[in-house]
Amino acid sequence: MTLVLNEEQRLLKDTAKDFLARVMPVAALRELRDQKDELGFNPNHWQQMVELGWASMVLPEAYDGLDFGYMGLGAVIEESGRTLAASPLFSTVVLGSTIIIEGGSEEQKSTFLPQIAAGTLSLALALEEKPHHQPSDFATTAVADGDDYIINGEKLFVLDGHSADYLIVATRLQTGTGLFIVDANTDGIERRRHHLIDSRNAATVRFNHVRVKASSLIGNAEQGQDILNTAMDYGRICLAAEMLGAASECFERTVAYLKERDQFGVKIGSFQALQHRAAKMFIELELSKSVVLDALSAIDEKRADLPQLASLAKARLNDVFELITNEAVQMHGGIGVTDELDIGFFLKRSRVATQILGNSHFHRDRYASLCGY
Amino acid sequence: MSDLDQFRQTVHAWLEENCPPSQRRPITRDEQVWAGKNKTFPSNDAKLWFERMRDKGWTVPEWPVELGGGGLDERQAKILKEEMKRLGCRTPLFDLGIWMLGPAVLEYGTEEQRQQHIPKIARGEVRWCQGYSEPGAGSDLASLQTRAEDKGDHFLVNGAKIWTTNADKADWIFCLVRTDPSAKKQEGISFLLINMDDPGVSTTPIELISGESEFCQTFFDNVKVPKSNLIGELNKGWSVAKSLLKHERKLMAEIGGDTPGPSFGPVQAALEYVGLDSSGKLADRGLREQLVSHEMAFRAIGLTHFRSFEERMNGVADNNVPLIMKYVGTEESKRKEEVLMAILGHRALGWNDTEFNDDELLTNRGWLFSKALSIAGGTSEVQMNIIAKRVLGLPE
Ligand SMILES: Cc1cc2nc3c(=O)[nH]c(=O)nc-3n(C[C@H](O)[C@H](O)[C@H](O)COP(=O)(O)OP(=O)(O)OC[C@H]3O[C@@H](n4cnc5c(N)ncnc54)[C@H](O)[C@@H]3O)c2cc1C
Ligand SMILES: Cc1cc2nc3c(=O)[nH]c(=O)nc-3n(C[C@H](O)[C@H](O)[C@H](O)COP(=O)(O)OP(=O)(O)OC[C@H]3O[C@@H](n4cnc5c(N)ncnc54)[C@H](O)[C@@H]3O)c2cc1C
Repeated sequence: MTLVLNEEQRLLKDTAKDFLARVMPVAALRELRDQKDELGFNPNHWQQMVELGWASMVLPEAYDGLDFGYMGLGAVIEESGRTLAASPLFSTVVLGSTIIIEGGSEEQKSTFLPQIAAGTLSLALALEEKPHHQPSDFATTAVADGDDYIINGEKLFVLDGHSADYLIVATRLQTGTGLFIVDANTDGIERRRHHLIDSRNAATVRFNHVRVKASSLIGNAEQGQDILNTAMDYGRICLAAEMLGAASECFERTVAYLKERDQFGVKIGSFQALQHRAAKMFIELELSKSVVLDALSAIDEKRADLPQLASLAKARLNDVFELITNEAVQMHGGIGVTDELDIGFFLKRSRVATQILGNSHFHRDRYASLCGY
Repeated sequence: MSDLDQFRQTVHAWLEENCPPSQRRPITRDEQVWAGKNKTFPSNDAKLWFERMRDKGWTVPEWPVELGGGGLDERQAKILKEEMKRLGCRTPLFDLGIWMLGPAVLEYGTEEQRQQHIPKIARGEVRWCQGYSEPGAGSDLASLQTRAEDKGDHFLVNGAKIWTTNADKADWIFCLVRTDPSAKKQEGISFLLINMDDPGVSTTPIELISGESEFCQTFFDNVKVPKSNLIGELNKGWSVAKSLLKHERKLMAEIGGDTPGPSFGPVQAALEYVGLDSSGKLADRGLREQLVSHEMAFRAIGLTHFRSFEERMNGVADNNVPLIMKYVGTEESKRKEEVLMAILGHRALGWNDTEFNDDELLTNRGWLFSKALSIAGGTSEVQMNIIAKRVLGLPE
């Protein structure tokens, strides 16, 4: 266990920071929003991220990956949080490729992973069915029919669902959970894109009697839930890293404003009522850094306490990102509620990120249960 | 095997062989061995354990061997601490000299002063107390008024200190005194060592909410103090005090492990006093939420201690992290005590009453004691001021 980035990882982080500030600042997201972009991300930017090796970073070398580990990818994702960079990285690489790596057959791996590494294939995980995160007991069914399965059901809040080339859909089999990887243009799949407050995208995906080959099942009914759980934990941890970056950026912008804005003839940063709240935010961020680093290293070390760390990280960052975005708006005064200021983008992203893969109640409940109470 | 792994094995084996089983159980307040010229031992095992650790220099593992220390580097000292914790070994010796004064003398003292004081602290032969706070100088410590007048061959000290922990039991006191009343607040202060046996020194105990009286008021009435007892330069005591506060903050941040309390932790207590329902969750969902919030915060703090250590070892130390640890450590300890009180319900409320078992009685004592944690060594509000100004650079 180590909570310090090594030389290579630090270099990677710095490179990411430079690239994102130059190519994908918050203004890039604003542009996607204002132009009502069809995709919800800029494919040219995504291509550059792929060239930097971000899509292949955690994939095995045997499938054109770099096998560089999650401490590295986490550092990149944290930086991407700072500029609220929109890309298929999370859905395709963190969630999608993990499911294939953990449960896929040799054929599935060699079909999909090299394409992911090359940035030519995007994935989306069709998981949720209710207004709140529910990681098991799906209503969507997959019923065997000869050599095929027939999938029926509706999936909500599918991140990148409208643009992905393939969908991984979590279903209920006769016994257990079935994860199917399905071409998104298969007959019977109906996708509706939604615009969300964070200007990124999610879709509702309906499966109307969708016929898929048995070979598109990843793993088997017994392994399905475990594979999914692992991918969701990786997702929670990487999302926590993104939220840490975003919260840090939002906090730093706020502290800068406290040093710049004059009222009552002094800088507003001299008021103790604001100082102590700023100190509190700083403390929460420092604790969050440690938790996120430990959680990332738990992935790389395949540690047994990974589920605990995932819940610890996600619950903490949900809370801290909410606190900091609320305070950032408040401390900016009137300008804090204007669209012109970027702070509103952070506020909105915070609430979306919280709902992805479990809010704080979900994760505290899970953590307690994992600890035997 | 790396050198450090080797070291860990050696340490583990030595502790296994030398730490008596009775010294591996959680410590109660009465079982602590405090330094002092009239040291008493609660048991023969405690004495044996103390002597063995003293002879290894492991009462002060990181101090130089020639001054009675263990000569360990920071990584080795951490391993020793971890192995002691793993076996449940008690801290063999308690003293403010170890935690606070020693490091300051090592940093600021002359060779003579090191020779005079450090080995005695290492061997637990003198007990030290801290004379900073005064009735009119708490958070605003630099406004202290206790005077030390230069009388040629000695200082003449007059004034009163307050909240001096264990002053009535201490042999020596390290004090902040005003040596130049005309200078700006921080610039007229010196750091002085005073023998509690000197004529003119007296103490009166103060009773606390926990029912104990470990605080005193300490009076100096025309006390003659040799000039050689000055640590650091004249009128430069504030820098010594500041460096010492660093050690105090660190100590306070880590406190909890060694403070006497009930033998159970909050989770264990919850299983016993609240119990699980048929779904395997604590029957009281509100308490469960309180408990898990504390446990998760506690884990985050532990990881931050670890990160800070790793950063130092890798030469990428972020000096801001230690500044937050006093605040988070003490506030979370207070929260833990509140959670424990809530978990025990009315079983936590007994006072010197045989209807309650020791753990139950210790629960409210620990809770009451914890209230002082965010006051002593710089209050939480003062810590927040430091973070806002020193770390975030917010204006005065
Ligand atoms: C939706 C909306 C509608 C409005 N409508 C009107 C209107 O119709 N007419 C009109 O004239 N104005 C209007 N306002 C302006 C409003 O009154 C100001 O925004 C408000 O007074 C705060 O001033 P500010 O925005 O300059 O923030 P600032 O005064 O710059 O405050 C920035 C931050 O510093 C804090 N702060 C400032 N001083 C202190 C202090 N002494 N101690 C501690 N903290 C301090 C503030 O609480 C805030 O968190 C409106 C604002 C909003 C958001
Ligand atoms: C258990 C314990 C052991 C102690 N042991 C010793 C000892 O051995 N030797 C010794 O010298 N002292 C000792 N002290 C004293 C301790 O250092 C002081 O209590 C502490 O510095 C606070 O000073 P005060 O009690 O005068 O409170 P005050 O300074 O009067 O503070 C009262 C309240 O005002 C707040 N406040 C003060 N200034 C500010 C500010 N600028 N901004 C915001 N809020 C502020 C404080 O945070 C606090 O909440 C001990 C205290 C305790 C509780």
